Amino acid sequence: MPDLIGYILYAVALTGGGYLLSSHMTCVYAGERNLLSRFLTPVERGFYSLAGIRPGASQGWRGYTIAVLTFNLAGFCLLYIILRLQNLLPLNPDGIGAMAPDLAFNTAVSFVTNTNWQAYSGEAQLSYLAQMAGLTVQNFVSAATGMAVAVAVIRGFAGPKNSGLGNFWCDMTRSVLYVLLPLSVILGLILILQGVPQTLLGAAHVTTLEGADQVIARGPAASQIAIKQLGTNGGGFFGVNSAHPFENPTIISNMFQTLAILLIPVSFCFLFGRMARDQRQGWAIFAAMAVMFALGLAMIHFGETGGNPLLGAGPNMEGKEVRFGAALSALWAEATTAASNGSVNAMHDSFMPLSGLVTMVNMQIGEVIFGGVGSGLYGMLLYVVLAVFLAGLMVGRSPEYLGRKIEGREVTLAMLAFLSIPLGILVGGAISATVPMALQSVQDAGPHGLSEILYSYSSAVGNNGSAFAGWNAAAPWQTTALGLAMLLGRYAIIVPMLAIAGSLSDKQQSPSTAGTFPTHGPLFVTLLIVTVVIFGALTFFPVLALGPIAEHTVVIAGQGY
Amino acid sequence: MFIHIRRACTMLAAMLLLTGLAYPLAMTGIASVIAPQAATGSLIMRNDGVAVGSALIGQEFTQPAYLHLRPSAVDYDAAASGASNLAPSSTELRESVKARRHAWEDLNNGIAPIDAVTASASGLDPDISPQNARGQAQRIARARGVDPEQVLAIIDANIQNPLLGIYGQPRVNVLMTNLALDAELAPRPAPTE
Repeated sequence: MPDLIGYILYAVALTGGGYLLSSHMTCVYAGERNLLSRFLTPVERGFYSLAGIRPGASQGWRGYTIAVLTFNLAGFCLLYIILRLQNLLPLNPDGIGAMAPDLAFNTAVSFVTNTNWQAYSGEAQLSYLAQMAGLTVQNFVSAATGMAVAVAVIRGFAGPKNSGLGNFWCDMTRSVLYVLLPLSVILGLILILQGVPQTLLGAAHVTTLEGADQVIARGPAASQIAIKQLGTNGGGFFGVNSAHPFENPTIISNMFQTLAILLIPVSFCFLFGRMARDQRQGWAIFAAMAVMFALGLAMIHFGETGGNPLLGAGPNMEGKEVRFGAALSALWAEATTAASNGSVNAMHDSFMPLSGLVTMVNMQIGEVIFGGVGSGLYGMLLYVVLAVFLAGLMVGRSPEYLGRKIEGREVTLAMLAFLSIPLGILVGGAISATVPMALQSVQDAGPHGLSEILYSYSSAVGNNGSAFAGWNAAAPWQTTALGLAMLLGRYAIIVPMLAIAGSLSDKQQSPSTAGTFPTHGPLFVTLLIVTVVIFGALTFFPVLALGPIAEHTVVIAGQGY
Repeated sequence: MFIHIRRACTMLAAMLLLTGLAYPLAMTGIASVIAPQAATGSLIMRNDGVAVGSALIGQEFTQPAYLHLRPSAVDYDAAASGASNLAPSSTELRESVKARRHAWEDLNNGIAPIDAVTASASGLDPDISPQNARGQAQRIARARGVDPEQVLAIIDANIQNPLLGIYGQPRVNVLMTNLALDAELAPRPAPTE
């Protein structure tokens, strides 16, 4: 019962916070004056004049896409260089060496695509400069890229005819300056007060009460953790992420971080409604996401609090911290996989099989239960296109959304984007399950071994970044294959979605009539959920049956591997 | 195309200065003013100025006169955090839990709570459950030659309750409680080498 009250209070705080933030974000993306204009507009103008950008110039979908891809490519190159040369650069008090080429490729792709898959351990393999100037920068700009693309897509769906999708440089800069940076400062200060380190001193050397030596890694963690949560990045400063007592020391730090994971994704639902000048549209998408979120949370909650019958009475505490217990670990696991965040406060590899299944499904449907910042909304709009198309087929009318006709071109592009998900997860995973060199990454025997492979590829394609961490992600085969999977999961969605937005933007919005299928009521919400389940979840059901479902039957039968 | 590359590089450089250097360095500066102790790792200093550990980080205790932590997959190595990541169906996990349960129950003469036999997520969990702590009280009292009630009183005084009564689990910070045991109960056990 206290757990249920806790979850409900969390949901209320999250929804309220997201709604308030969406009002601020509406002003920000319209380029209107907002709370922070007085301090930050000069900085924004400075950026534009340095880069030679005219903020009023709206781009078509091709121009917008080229800007996105060029900016991300430049970010990849910079990060790769920093990782390869970190041993020669300053701010390396613990004398950490250069990163190997395949691992640096994997890490650079991972942070540029907002995945933050980590095949390395932060405290052992990264200098402070690489953490700050390398990873933290991409935490901001990869999140801002997702937010900018989502805003552009919304403009295409809901904006006036032929007005373009906006200007990528402005949308990206505004996302950082007016949304991500101020929220990160606030969250970072809260975390520092709770005990998260923020220092440039090297590791501390202490003599324990029993007289042993202990080396305690620390560093400028709070500033990076704040943005890793708000930007649905998820890459930890320390190896075990937010399970590390320095990364998430208290219940207060845990609750603020859990809220931060979903705050911006939730507010994007409402931002959509506001920009479409029909808030019911935003609430409908929010409702579909919230229902799926609650179902997933309930399954993980009962799995983890119920515990592992093979280990004795009590909740499943293997791979969990005492301060969080089963309930807050379940809430975090649902939030971090529903959003494409991927930070963890407990080890998903040791979760009960059906809890692991829920986290995998959250990623396999394409990270659309709130999802990544921006990417969750444009991912869900992909399903919306498919849902109204299905509805159109059922009633025999040409499908429309927000007054615009959904035609062959849009549906083709949506299917193309959708198919990249099973392509990456199932084909990538199948290769990894058959090639002997790739199979060496598996830690556990039996069906759980398959789950480890499936989880990794789901996480990479979904741009989530969490892992069944017993699996060896650092093997060269996997760093390369997963790097490619992350690129597929990011850009094979972004480019078609921008193309759909561009195509819709060229169409006239017709006023709704008595024959228009309303896209804001319970019927539409149900249809949207059903579409996600049919397209997303059923694609993966056969392999899930061989992995987590098989393992579940093994555990309840009292057997093991 | 060239104009795109120029814009991308300029914007990236600007973002590097703002979010990669100005932001973390400013936060480090603010942290050193508002919370110098917390920002450098919540280290606990003895009277002679030597650090005995971090209040937030678990360290290994093996002596009978101290509270013991949960099992750690990384031997409490605070420079390389980690978990077992074993599957729920793993027989290796089941065997180690069985062995830990025997060891704990032999040592403490009671029933081992679940947190005492499972490895934490970080390998550095500084806390144990109140049941786990109270279960060790008899052994600690015997090793120190004091009344178990005194040990229980110190443990109870160190129990931290859930936030607002709903978030998180009640817990006992092992290092802080062991420091309290040393401060309040004589004699102080001699360190083993």
